[in-house]
Amino acid sequence: MVRVDGKGTGALVEIRSLDKKYRRGGEEIDVLRGLNLDVDQGEFIAFMGPSGSGKTTLLNLMGGLDVPTAGTIRVAGDEIGALSGRRLAAWRARHIGFIFQMYNLIPVLTAFQNVQLPLLLTGLSKSERGDHVEAALDLVGLADRRHHYPRQLSGGQEQRVAIARAIVADPTILLCDEPTGDLDRASGDEILDIISRLSREFKKTIFLVTHDPVAAERAGTLLHLDKGTLLECAADGRFACTPEDRAR
Amino acid sequence: MKFLHLVIVNLRRKKTRTALTIGSFTVALFLFGILATIKSALGSGVDVAGADRLVVRNRVSLIQPLPIAYRDQILRLPHVEEATFATWFGGYYQDMKNFFPNFAIDVPNWRRVYPEYKFSDEEWRAFAEDREGCVISPPLAKRFGWKIGDRIPLEATIWTGTWELNVRAIYETDRRELTSPELWFHYEYLDERRSFWKGFVGWYTVKIDDPASAVAAAAAIDDRFANSPYETKTETEKAFAAGFANQIGNIRLLILSIGSVVFFTLLLVTGNAMASAVRERTGELAVLKTIGMNDPTVLSLVMAEAIAVAAVGGGAGLVLAKLFTLRGDPTGGMLANFYLSPRNLALGFALALAAGAAAGILPALGAMRLRIVDALRRV
Ligand SMILES: Nc1ncnc2c1ncn2[C@@H]1O[C@H](COP(=O)(O)OP(=O)(O)OP(=O)(O)O)[C@@H](O)[C@H]1O
Ligand SMILES: [Mg+2]
Repeated sequence: MVRVDGKGTGALVEIRSLDKKYRRGGEEIDVLRGLNLDVDQGEFIAFMGPSGSGKTTLLNLMGGLDVPTAGTIRVAGDEIGALSGRRLAAWRARHIGFIFQMYNLIPVLTAFQNVQLPLLLTGLSKSERGDHVEAALDLVGLADRRHHYPRQLSGGQEQRVAIARAIVADPTILLCDEPTGDLDRASGDEILDIISRLSREFKKTIFLVTHDPVAAERAGTLLHLDKGTLLECAADGRFACTPEDRAR
Repeated sequence: MKFLHLVIVNLRRKKTRTALTIGSFTVALFLFGILATIKSALGSGVDVAGADRLVVRNRVSLIQPLPIAYRDQILRLPHVEEATFATWFGGYYQDMKNFFPNFAIDVPNWRRVYPEYKFSDEEWRAFAEDREGCVISPPLAKRFGWKIGDRIPLEATIWTGTWELNVRAIYETDRRELTSPELWFHYEYLDERRSFWKGFVGWYTVKIDDPASAVAAAAAIDDRFANSPYETKTETEKAFAAGFANQIGNIRLLILSIGSVVFFTLLLVTGNAMASAVRERTGELAVLKTIGMNDPTVLSLVMAEAIAVAAVGGGAGLVLAKLFTLRGDPTGGMLANFYLSPRNLALGFALALAAGAAAGILPALGAMRLRIVDALRRV
């Protein structure tokens, strides 16, 4: 179930009346305004919307990287606005995997070591960590590149390492911010194949921000972010409710 | 500990910068080691000085003498138990650069005032009975390969001629700081042969009954000789030793200033290196936080880097300094106890680590406070 009207109950992700304002110089920018969202476990959501509409802002808020101006975000029962410092960091390690447009691998670590990073924050033994890392690298098809450094990999391969890093600790939710934005079509498709597989086979709850309609098609639900709130796309590809409709 | 590997690879990123920062620590701690050695060599005797002994010297300056007749008068003053005297001879062996401290002592009373120098009774008796006899310290014996029975020619500097002395005794002491290369011979022999200042001594060392009466005893001595042609200044051995060292300027202050400047520079150099390291890695730090690394861990990651640099560089500098001091006194006698003590090594290492921590703390706090969203936007 995915709803944007704030009327769902018991969803994995439950966002209510979310506001996010930024202050730049003297003026305030309302990026998100009264945004509601309910998403059940296992859903695959794509966010689209014009540049500057607040897609990254929304992902950051959901991942506990930023704090809302008003409103609440609950994930798996935890109200993340109530967490801070150490507990928020631990919550993030447990529930969230991030995939960025720019991969953001640590250049001085090998693929294996990059993927292992989140596990260093857990109590796993060295051999357990090794098993998890191998499994994650296998899943993205890079087991044979484990000893390569990021600069020895192509962009698509780097992004696959980043995906392995995001999933190695088995998070509840994957937040992907334009993961194919910097890649050619073929490499981008490989990435999307992996993400789709994570949704299909591993039942991950996935949020994918993209500008690419082809990428968005992979998702089960397409949400449009505009003027600070979310709009759901109808099955025929048009918005069930356009901004103009709402103004009326 | 699991992140040790990350600390190490981070340090290897900019090898030149890391090498230079480590190098600054090495240079600074080498310098610290040498300066600390000089400082403690200058002050040696300082720690040794029992406050139950006072040194009486000419009030005008250290190089002005006092009449030998003062001994009897000093002995009659309150709190005084014993008094002995010595005179700086300033001779050298064969060549000026072979300089080592040598002075003429009051043989009959010397051992009662300086019990810390141990002698076998036969050796001391042989020395006491030979007017041309002398005592040497183990380091001096080692330096020139001298042994009991050798005849040593000393060239005079204050007086004239070659003075031949027979090695009759080598003292022993279990206190390392007392073993500097030095030589003592009979005051009587000096006074008989010298052409001027006959009947005068360099300084008196006075043993008093109780350290608590040191101030009173000193005042009594100086009062006794006030308004005489040879007024005295009585001070603790510590002050006397320091005064000796200060003949060559206020060296301790100089050393402290140099040391402080070096450490301050070190802080700036390392602080700057760490700040750039953190700045370059803003995005990566944000990623580490994103995957759930908490603030204290981020802080310690940066601190560990700064402290590792300090430990490696500082440790190397101290090892070099120690090796340097093992070669012995580079001035050939001016700094008799040229010895880098374990205490100073430990102090140096602690200072290096503190400097590393101080240099790392601001960048580390910066890294810790870094807001993920801001950092990611900058990537
Ligand atoms: N830290 C900040 N301070 C001020 N304004 C900010 C800050 N972060 C984001 N904004 C503003 O908030 C708005 C939304 O930014 P956001 O990055 O979420 O957009 P986006 O939908 O991800 O855009 P894009 O498609 O270009 O990535 C923009 O107008 C941006 O300038
Ligand atoms: Mg964005």
